Amino acid sequence: MLAFAVPFAFVMFSIALLMNIYRLFLGPDAADRILALDTIYINSLALLILLGIWHNSTAYFEAAVLIAMLGFIGTIAATKFLLRGDIIE
Amino acid sequence: MLELPTWADYLASFFIIIGASFAAVGSYGLLRLPDFMTRLHAPTKNTTLGVGGIILGSIVYFSVSDSLSLHELLIAIFLFMTAPISAHLLAKAGLHLEYKMISSTRDLREHPEDYSDKSQHTAKERDSERAD
Repeated sequence: MLAFAVPFAFVMFSIALLMNIYRLFLGPDAADRILALDTIYINSLALLILLGIWHNSTAYFEAAVLIAMLGFIGTIAATKFLLRGDIIE
Repeated sequence: MLELPTWADYLASFFIIIGASFAAVGSYGLLRLPDFMTRLHAPTKNTTLGVGGIILGSIVYFSVSDSLSLHELLIAIFLFMTAPISAHLLAKAGLHLEYKMISSTRDLREHPEDYSDKSQHTAKERDSERAD
């Protein structure tokens, strides 16, 4: 069953990523693009965890944790810039 | 991938399929919903249910095939803590920049009385007054 579930999840996440990229280009506003980038990093983090299951390796978790932290910081920095016009005041 | 016992195989597959479906639905919502405030709501399904399902499946897989492994939970806890913060800041940015809203997305700043506990009541009263 896993031999079906993991490729199915790969396909679903790829479709999700394509839709996010379409929203990233479509806009129409800056906050929409930040939201699309936020969703993209969350989806790619889930894809990395799935790759860890597929290759039966735990080496991908550290990469997933790093993506989670840096993506969060990136989202906060971009939103702060939208809100205040400045990141560090 | 290793062969798992049947129950673990089906349990992990169940979580992974649920998570992947929710991720696709959340991204479809991000693509299709009409204004920024509604689009903000859709990808939260990605964060909580999508990644949560994948992480539960991964915990089942690695715990059964090797020894008990819970360090995936670190990612889930971190995401569950940070997702509301980024959503809150994005909503603040959307309000601050005054993006276009559809008519059914109500801006409560124009009706401060609706913040109270009786908001349903007052909203109904206002609508009936408007109808008169």
